[in-house]
Amino acid sequence: MDIGPILLSLRLALCTSVILLVVGTPLAAFLAYGRFPGKAVLSSLLTLPIAIPPTVIGFYMLLFLSPYSPVGKFLAETIGLKLIFSFQGLVFASVIYSLPFFLGSVRTAMERVDSTLLEASHTLGKGSFATFMHVSLPLSLPGMFAGFALSFAHTLGEFGVVLMVGGNLPGETRTMSIELYEKVEQSDFASANAYALLLIGVSVASILFVHALERRAKAVL
Amino acid sequence: MIFADVTERLHGTSGPFELSVKLELEERKTYALFGCSGSGKTTFLRILAGLVEPDSGRVEAFGELWHAPARGIRVPSEKRGVGFVFQDYALFPHLTVRGNVAYSCRDHALVDVWIKRTGLSELAGKKPSRLSGGQKQRVALARALASSPRLLLLDEPLSALDSTMRVRLQDVIATYRAETGATIILASHDLPEVFRLADEVLVLEEGKIIRKGTPREVFLPRDVSSKFSVTGQILAIDKAGVLSVAWVGFGGSAAQIVLTDADREYLSVGDDVLVASKAFQAILWQTVRRNS
Repeated sequence: MDIGPILLSLRLALCTSVILLVVGTPLAAFLAYGRFPGKAVLSSLLTLPIAIPPTVIGFYMLLFLSPYSPVGKFLAETIGLKLIFSFQGLVFASVIYSLPFFLGSVRTAMERVDSTLLEASHTLGKGSFATFMHVSLPLSLPGMFAGFALSFAHTLGEFGVVLMVGGNLPGETRTMSIELYEKVEQSDFASANAYALLLIGVSVASILFVHALERRAKAVL
Repeated sequence: MIFADVTERLHGTSGPFELSVKLELEERKTYALFGCSGSGKTTFLRILAGLVEPDSGRVEAFGELWHAPARGIRVPSEKRGVGFVFQDYALFPHLTVRGNVAYSCRDHALVDVWIKRTGLSELAGKKPSRLSGGQKQRVALARALASSPRLLLLDEPLSALDSTMRVRLQDVIATYRAETGATIILASHDLPEVFRLADEVLVLEEGKIIRKGTPREVFLPRDVSSKFSVTGQILAIDKAGVLSVAWVGFGGSAAQIVLTDADREYLSVGDDVLVASKAFQAILWQTVRRNS
């Protein structure tokens, strides 16, 4: 079994989950606590990747990011960033694709924080940002870890989007799930089985991790 | 001076009603908001704390406008300098007792003072989930006091405590006022607590202040002259032959008082009563009716 696709998948899943943690957490807070017109529309748009088939998302991302599209052309000409058939492109696509899973988990955790605790913080002299940092965020940590674990597992097993945006370049975009497909194409079922079992193992570990966090959160609260 | 002239639509057990309060409170005094559950006490405290925006009206305190929608003014809670003890404690579950008390107070010595005064020294390292209701209530009080508020709002702050701890914390509250000159507004059902802490009582019924004055003026009828008088609550009424006897609780103890037929007709279990006596026979005087 080639270790390259395994390491690439792990790197992709880790990069995607870390980016989601950094970018998705403020976005989740904005959706949980913000009051602004069009909130429902924005929320629906961000959830859309769950409902659309991955190959369709991948196809439109391919068009959107290709060097012939205005966005792809702009990125290539200004900062030399090529998002098609590259690792960076895979990360971008995976972040978009896993965003609803991360947002759902973190937003729910933030909305579950008892509003009286936020009020108590305000009466104790803390403004909205300090209250978020000292109350909402620590109490949402289990939800954030759960979102991280779900995004990680989800990215690790992703096939349609990865194949569309990244193709099948060894060492660059050939992830575990693409390699599994390759092995089946080559009738190498033993290797395909090994990759499949590894993916199942990581998924089960992620779910167990999420449940352990939920149990811990219930014990603390 | 604290001035409030506010209205807010509320929903009670017997349907919607309007909280409509207009009053002026003097600084450095303790006021008790007295009334049944659902009379609007908590909402009024929340309006003063800036946690509820009233439908209309104006709130002014310590020479500052806190709420004046006509002038676009709404001072947020964190800028009002209020301390609020919530009925359900609202302790931060991820912080220890010490962490809760120190939440808004960087002065470690002051945190220690309030932990000690509220009898929490032994529990300082525990999380709220490991505490009893009474212990949580003490943490909530210590946390509010450690933030050194100029206006302390207490929503049934001592209801979960036994009588000894209740008296101890009443002393803590009274000492805080004496030391800092803070203004205190206390929502309470508990007559002895009101008598012990409040300079003035505001009786709230269905959103309106129906009586105000000192606790004596509000609760003790002027036409009862007596050698002694004490407030209590009817715990039980027993029939003993031709007589009816009321068990009246005062703090941690109880006494039996013989009722006349006339008393028996309008008194019932749960009523708050004034027990007064001239020389021999104690009489009961209903101060708060619990059952209609």
